[in-house]
Amino acid sequence: MDIRFTEDHEWIRVEDGVGTVGVTDYAQRQLGDVVYVEVPEVGKAFTKGDESAVVESVKAASEIYAPVSGEVTAANEGLAEEPALVNSSPMADGWFYKIRLADPSELEDLMDEAAYKDFVAGLE
Amino acid sequence: MRYLPLSAADRAAMLERIGASAVDDLFRDVPASVLLKKPVDLPGHASEMEVERDLVGMAARNVPAGAVPFFVGAGAYRHHVPATVDHIIQRGEFLTAYTPYQPEISQGTLQYLFEFQTQVALLTGMEVANASMYDGSTAAAEAVLMARRITKRKKAVISGGLHPHYADVIGTVTRFTDDDIVRAPVDVTGSEDLVSLVDEDTSCVVVQNPSLFGHVRDLRPLADAVHQAGGLLIVVVTEVVSLGAIVPPGEMGADIVVCEGQSIGNGLNFGGPYLGLFATRQKYVRQMPGRICGQTVDADGRRGFVLTLSTREQHIRREKATSNICTNSGLCALAFTVHLALLGEAGLRRLAQINHTRAAMLVDKLAAVPGVEVVNDTFFNEFTVRLDRPAAPVIEELARRKVLAGVPVSRLIPGDERLASLMLVASTEVNREADQDVFAATLSEVLS
Amino acid sequence: MMNRQGRPTAPGEATAGATTAMTFTGHRGLEHEEPLLFELGDPGRSGVDLPVMASASNRLGGLERTQAIGLAGLSEPEAVRHFTRLSRKNYAIDMGIFPLGSCTMKHNPRLNEKMARLPGFADIHPLQPESTVQGALQVMDVLGHWLRTLTGMPAVALSPKAGAHGELCGLMAIRAALEARGDARSVVLVPESAHGTNPATAALCGYQVKSIPANDRGRVDLGALREELGPDVAAFMLTNPNTCGLFEDAILEIADAVHGAGALFYCDGANFNAIVGKVRPGDLGIDAMHINLHKTFSTPHGGGGPGSGPVVFSEALAPYIPVPNVVHGPDGLRLVEQVNETDASFGRLTAFHGQMGMYVRALAYMLSHGADGLRRVAEDAVLAANYVLAGLSEELTPSFEGPCMHEALFDDRFLKGTGVTTLDFAKAMIDEGFHPMTMYFPLVVQGAMLIEPTESESKRTLDEFIAAMVSLARAAKSGDVERFKRAPALAPVRRLDETTAARRPVLRWLPEESEEAAR
Repeated sequence: MDIRFTEDHEWIRVEDGVGTVGVTDYAQRQLGDVVYVEVPEVGKAFTKGDESAVVESVKAASEIYAPVSGEVTAANEGLAEEPALVNSSPMADGWFYKIRLADPSELEDLMDEAAYKDFVAGLE
Repeated sequence: MRYLPLSAADRAAMLERIGASAVDDLFRDVPASVLLKKPVDLPGHASEMEVERDLVGMAARNVPAGAVPFFVGAGAYRHHVPATVDHIIQRGEFLTAYTPYQPEISQGTLQYLFEFQTQVALLTGMEVANASMYDGSTAAAEAVLMARRITKRKKAVISGGLHPHYADVIGTVTRFTDDDIVRAPVDVTGSEDLVSLVDEDTSCVVVQNPSLFGHVRDLRPLADAVHQAGGLLIVVVTEVVSLGAIVPPGEMGADIVVCEGQSIGNGLNFGGPYLGLFATRQKYVRQMPGRICGQTVDADGRRGFVLTLSTREQHIRREKATSNICTNSGLCALAFTVHLALLGEAGLRRLAQINHTRAAMLVDKLAAVPGVEVVNDTFFNEFTVRLDRPAAPVIEELARRKVLAGVPVSRLIPGDERLASLMLVASTEVNREADQDVFAATLSEVLS
Repeated sequence: MMNRQGRPTAPGEATAGATTAMTFTGHRGLEHEEPLLFELGDPGRSGVDLPVMASASNRLGGLERTQAIGLAGLSEPEAVRHFTRLSRKNYAIDMGIFPLGSCTMKHNPRLNEKMARLPGFADIHPLQPESTVQGALQVMDVLGHWLRTLTGMPAVALSPKAGAHGELCGLMAIRAALEARGDARSVVLVPESAHGTNPATAALCGYQVKSIPANDRGRVDLGALREELGPDVAAFMLTNPNTCGLFEDAILEIADAVHGAGALFYCDGANFNAIVGKVRPGDLGIDAMHINLHKTFSTPHGGGGPGSGPVVFSEALAPYIPVPNVVHGPDGLRLVEQVNETDASFGRLTAFHGQMGMYVRALAYMLSHGADGLRRVAEDAVLAANYVLAGLSEELTPSFEGPCMHEALFDDRFLKGTGVTTLDFAKAMIDEGFHPMTMYFPLVVQGAMLIEPTESESKRTLDEFIAAMVSLARAAKSGDVERFKRAPALAPVRRLDETTAARRPVLRWLPEESEEAAR
């Protein structure tokens, strides 16, 4: 298992070639109370950097960009009923979608946990 | 100048506090070459009495509908509006409030918007409604754009019974998008076949009920066909009082309903301001344009209302918004809400019944005039007649004889010889039988 | 993915707990709890006397509405009381200063209302024969003349229903003109401080939107603009004075750069009230500009509308304006209502002729002020804003150096470390009896507070407002956080839970949910 982070505050945890994508704790704190999440349809293909999902608080809507290229294999339907999961459990139950990696080497451009921690520290 | 409270002494004191020697110091970022040195070439200020005299003079050059027998409709209708409505909307707390962005001191506006949304949903037979649009025609264009977002298809089929101005607005708004707008031929008969135009690329079908020419149609077969093909049915209602008598679009399978709401609470006003009603299914609410009011609680747990689902809107979503709309028709929506609250269900049904009966009486009176043929089998309060000659000059002549008779179809759809003799005629509760008799007799004179 | 508009939207722990005096009724003196219309009325009740009319023949084609609709009715006294009680829960310009930056909440003269209600204006149909509405066409003609003269632009389209509708009108004319010269361009440039309607409108016209940054003086970064201007750019949309309340002092260079690249120059005229009678946009090289009659020319905002957004055009765009238009004919004024194959008009934006009721009100306002008075309007508005800027500069943090135009922009640096946010500060203003300023807009500064007093306020009111703001700023800095977090404590309701409203939308009255709320 391997977790990586983007500068846009998405995380991706990879297992057997499939990555689970969500937003970080820092991101959920910046967003405030999440009220709606639009997740992608299963089967949809993304190139790294594509807009892949939308997360909304009352006063803001933010795009989630695909951290890697690949095809969506699952979406977290539970977020429709309970968008607050993004706030209460951003790194676990609040995941957005799973994606089958087209090119695992793309992960090398992303930050590891320590690098992301430093990155966030630099913002605060 | 009666609207400006600052005195010369105030201005001097304020400039001193600011540290400027003259007011033009404050305009120093304006390039000197474009800062005007004197007033533009227009008249100087005038007293209230003088302005009133000028405008009363202009108003006197018009023939108000209330002064003569009046039968003009085609998308705007003259109804009686209770005095209470105008009293309420002139209360400064409503008239001079802003959009309710600070909900704690805007509960008056927000609560009536919530009541308005409920009334619109009930009236149209839909699940949710927004807090109003500019008018029926712009709401219709927004509905087409919304259907495109939902279905991700480009083709919109426009009924030949849709008000031509509405069809023009839809065509204009989609002019620079890649939407494919298919306008069915003008349908005077009320029996057009739209099903054959629907295919797997069809985003929506836009149909007006009652149609421009007044026909009342059962839209259920059309709704089934559109849904089968994966598209949406958009129903346009330009005479909202008809919903007190006719099966609502929601019951007939509409996915989006847009109405011109002017008939309830709002005067003719030469075409505006009016208000667009916009209603849809719950599942499409996040694709709906315009402001929406929702219920919530305050910090003490008491019920209150806020503008909600704002992330659809331009002030947050910018170029990705569902629409560029910002302003709605708040005060017109209040007039609608007050009038409909005064009517209530029983009153609305009676009003609709009177309208229909008045029109039915007029149909018979006009049918008896030589040279007049009634086109419609069905109608609500407006119908089409075919004259034995072009309608526009006849209507002009009737106006000279102090009867405002109706709308020549040629004004809405010029250049089609087959339509030139058609006239749209509306009759509402304001028409007395004596007015109808004058109309029929004068028309008879003009045609003889 | 971060967005700077994030702010608390739920009441939160600190503010919970009833702080208001308990009464048996739930009413508080003049403040009445008011149920919903649907909880007060019933389907059988009516405040309108209408005869029951037996239909001679039913011609509805078998489509009678038979199911209950569910509408509630009220008698006239009940209706008057219901809506009067609701009205008292609103703040309004009639009650006090409404310093919403970029919204222009000025006094709404009652003469305007009286004139708009003359039957000769209010009770005429848009499709009456033209011979019976010459006075109405005259209002449109005269209004158009005033707008053209005040802006120094040769053409005007009156029909747009509001500002954003006017933007659409302007951009469609631009696109039509470019296409007519065979010049397909795909990009519209918009400053990052722009109103959200600008990018939304450009997208609606099929354009790709690119954002232009502001410089450290709160104006368009001319270098960045020049870099983006190229053969693919159709138009630059600029608000001037801009949303930071500043005049774009490089406006002539901007216009030259835009035109030099073959693009057209759109101006968002939302802030025209700052320069009316002082500067003519036509002299600035602008090709199209909408004018919000409900801002500059005092037509009432009505709790969110109706508005009116006529657009003035340069010679280059004049052939493309939408129908309808008033023209002078041999028998008087007449309307051009159709787009003919021979002319270049881009189409029709609304069913009829636009907001006649607003034309009358705006014209009454213009005639009242005259050319001299409108100039004074701009001067007093700018004077008042600079007076506020001067009065607050020590305690608050102005974002840019003055002078400002009609509005003064502050940010939240003065609240740093206090635990008080711009939102808290705004809510505390409510307790002090003021409508808050615009908050969190424009997006180019942190925690924006945009204050527009307008020309309608007396010096006394401005002094009171400044004093209240100074007191609040000092309270925040002195650690009186609770005053802000619990605010508003004295409004008809306390802070509302916007999060719950958006997570579980309740958008209409339903019997069961209302019972739950009333528990």
